[in-house]
Amino acid sequence: MEIHTLPVHRLAELMERKEVSGEEVTRVFLERIDRQEKEIKAFITVTPEEALICARAFDEKRARGDKLSPLAGVPMAVKDNICTQGVKTTCASQILSNYIPPCDATVVEKLKAAGAVLVGKCNMDEFAMGVSTENSAFFATKNPFDYEAAPGGSSGGSAAAVAAGEAAFALGSDTGGGVRQPAAFCGVIGCKPTYGSVSRSGLISYASSLDHIGPLARDMTDLALILNVIYGYDAKDSTSVLQEAPDFQKSLRNDVKGVKIGLPGEYFGAGLEPQVAAKLREAVRKLEELGAVCEEVEMPHTEYAVAAYYLIAAAEASSNLARYDGVRHGLRVEADDVTNMFNKTRGAGFGNEVKRRILLGTYALSTGHYEECYLKALEVRTLVRQDFDRAFAKFDCLLTPANPATAFKAGAKTDDFPAVCLSDVCTIPVNMAGLPALSLPFGMAEGLPVGLQLIGRHFSEGTLLQVGYTLEQNTGQTRLSPGLFANNSFGGSR
Amino acid sequence: MSRYEAVIGLEVHVELKTKSKLFCGCSTEFGQEPNSIVCPVCLGLPGSTGVLNKKAVELAVKAGLALNCEIGTYTWFDRKNYFYPDLPKGFQISQVFRPIAYKGYLDIDVNGQNKRVRITRAHLEEDPGKLIHSGGSITNSRSTNVDYNRSGMPLIEIVSEPELHSGEEAKAYLEKLKAILEYTGVSDVKMEQGSLRCDANVSVRPAGTAGLGTKTEIKNMNSFRAVQRAIEYEAKRQIGVLEDGGRVIQETRGWDENKGETLSQRNKENPDYRCFIEHDLAPIGLTQQWIEEVKATIPELPDARRKRLIHEHGLPDYDAGVIISSFGLAEFFDATLKKYSDAKTISNWITGELLRLLNARNVELNETKITPGRLAALLQLIEKGTISNKMGKEVFEEVFETGKEPEQIVKEKSMLQISDEGQLTGIITEVIAGNPKSVADFKSGKEQAIGFLVGQVMKATKGQANPGIVNTMIRERLG
Repeated sequence: MEIHTLPVHRLAELMERKEVSGEEVTRVFLERIDRQEKEIKAFITVTPEEALICARAFDEKRARGDKLSPLAGVPMAVKDNICTQGVKTTCASQILSNYIPPCDATVVEKLKAAGAVLVGKCNMDEFAMGVSTENSAFFATKNPFDYEAAPGGSSGGSAAAVAAGEAAFALGSDTGGGVRQPAAFCGVIGCKPTYGSVSRSGLISYASSLDHIGPLARDMTDLALILNVIYGYDAKDSTSVLQEAPDFQKSLRNDVKGVKIGLPGEYFGAGLEPQVAAKLREAVRKLEELGAVCEEVEMPHTEYAVAAYYLIAAAEASSNLARYDGVRHGLRVEADDVTNMFNKTRGAGFGNEVKRRILLGTYALSTGHYEECYLKALEVRTLVRQDFDRAFAKFDCLLTPANPATAFKAGAKTDDFPAVCLSDVCTIPVNMAGLPALSLPFGMAEGLPVGLQLIGRHFSEGTLLQVGYTLEQNTGQTRLSPGLFANNSFGGSR
Repeated sequence: MSRYEAVIGLEVHVELKTKSKLFCGCSTEFGQEPNSIVCPVCLGLPGSTGVLNKKAVELAVKAGLALNCEIGTYTWFDRKNYFYPDLPKGFQISQVFRPIAYKGYLDIDVNGQNKRVRITRAHLEEDPGKLIHSGGSITNSRSTNVDYNRSGMPLIEIVSEPELHSGEEAKAYLEKLKAILEYTGVSDVKMEQGSLRCDANVSVRPAGTAGLGTKTEIKNMNSFRAVQRAIEYEAKRQIGVLEDGGRVIQETRGWDENKGETLSQRNKENPDYRCFIEHDLAPIGLTQQWIEEVKATIPELPDARRKRLIHEHGLPDYDAGVIISSFGLAEFFDATLKKYSDAKTISNWITGELLRLLNARNVELNETKITPGRLAALLQLIEKGTISNKMGKEVFEEVFETGKEPEQIVKEKSMLQISDEGQLTGIITEVIAGNPKSVADFKSGKEQAIGFLVGQVMKATKGQANPGIVNTMIRERLG
């Protein structure tokens, strides 16, 4: 039994039976980090001392007989754009390279209260702008399945950490696919919950109307356990939705009989790699065998979603990133007057991709361009949303590729802007509509994981869990391990 | 008569009287140590998220209703983007596209003429921080520090249509606006603390025409009087420019109180604010029922109150005007009237002694110990003849300072008026015996001699004798 390969619920069982302590579990993961980080580089900051203190504290609680959450003593990794009290939170940017937040993000606070052990902060594309984690101001992260391949992005560090057994689960952020695409590339599960269902308080904004925090996990049960903790209303986040958080473990049912699943043709169009298409057809056949009803559905405005997304995201980013001016926190480059100080600080502190999007967004909001760029993009957003509304009048969920291809080669897309955009074609429309979606590994193609995506109605995470869980229980394709795991399996539970 | 007329629109920023800031829990208290009331939200720290203060919405709606505005049932916040060191997020959260209140009006009186000034909008927004230039002004100071205590303070910006035509009208508008905001409890409206700030857009045009000339925006006016003077100066300046064949330049000008003139503020070209919706805050949805509930909390406003004081309580126009000029005085009047029925007497004391003492001591009504109950008690003592009117003033001053009950003061100071004939008989006998000449004068028909005799009795009793009774008793003796 290899501790680092186990899903959270298995670790919880072992700790509950006192076969292993939280401290021992944490040490295993910290050793994995020590051994592998030279290559993988999933973390910007590792917090071993804090992690062990936290793990011991929960071990003591367990020894006292306290009733603990299944996450107690479980090592987690958090993307470096989610605030952690007293621990550097950089957004992988020079401009925040020494920023230490005074408080935890709500999600971190909730997970810590449940006993999850923060082992470190994960690498990402700077300010979450990118699809490869190669736009980090510090270094690139490698894909644990193939060091020549990109881990995806922007939450590439989080995905790689979970895939490489450096954390049992992780948090990422998803603005246009930032959790789901790296999850697909690294062979783990990535979920973007409904907009407003998980607090954004403490998530450093890129594009507020599109940003989501989402978990990366090893199996559906883990995903349910994590969602149970982070889901729900937060009085600190004005866009948080006032509603009861359900118990997602109840959604883990091995049953899709009668579930209506739509297959949007536009997501299976040109650019879809044949091997990915083949794996998806296999998944659809399996679901049909198990009683689901799968049919094609039209979503005619999908092709406009990417262009509109980039205008909206860039416009919001140009405003959200205005606070990095050298006055109060982060980098400051001194100059003879305040305007020059602003300019030099921002010139030195932001990388090229960030500057490109700030320029694009500033242009899109400027007098004379606002109507033709920003407003037009908002109109497209409405049309994309209506496509989903129509589809969900008929279907319980939609099944698409998480990405048209498997992980691309490292270095391939760093500076190729249109390609970067198209890579997100399957995930972006979901953010435009604020819908819940998850990306689930489904087998491999040429040594790299394939990801399928399930999209649901607002607040229907339960349905997605049910379909995903059924696929997990009835196929051997959803639990993948990279070659660097000696016995090549997750706890022998396959 | 000038060939030109001035056209003025006012933008008034009013700080809402909430306990905490617009989007965070920080206190709104004035005059604290710099940067002592700040948090991640009002400092705009990365990852911080604000939540709208419900009380601020309530006060904004209340102000809107009191200014006869329509209230938006579905509104939202927008971002105004620009870089400045006092602006921690690089944008100001305001309402650009959908103000919470719009299409209102305000009636003002100028030279006995009533005039209706339309209000374009009143919208919610946050205040930025404050730059403190140490050792000089922005141009010559040694260094500039930023105080973020003010950052995130709740404001409403009330924008009038360009329908005012003189400094005097602008001043009347501001005075009426201030009274309404004070009555509704929306703001402290203290210009010296910055809780009311006014910018003026001024242009001129040939008298009788309808177009608008090029406007300048006047800032840095620290009193209503300054607003009036700055507008008068600026209109004259623009007319001078035009009459000399020149052209008015659209610019921001600062009022220099000492020089008594407006000066061009060398400012960068007007920034493109790139306004767009603020997605970190949910839109504001208001139900008609909630708006009605807010409406029900609006007290009787100055105009209505003035009419009532004149028509129902018979006060002269002047008295009514003085009393309604301050919500505190108006409320004080009404409360006293519940305990003492003679409105004119109450008014005399409020517009007389009370205002005299408030001015002399330079204090606010709520800082004194006088209450409607105590004033009413005092007036009853005078009416019953327990004390004279003159003693009353002395007692009033002591109540004002100490808060003691008037009866108590009268007792302590043995101020009780002596009306008991038994107590007065002996003194009167002595006075008659001691002043034979005056007695003779009176008997021979010199009516005024009695005044002297009464005066002697008053002197002997240190003013405590009831002069009416003394008068009657002396007449009886000499009759």
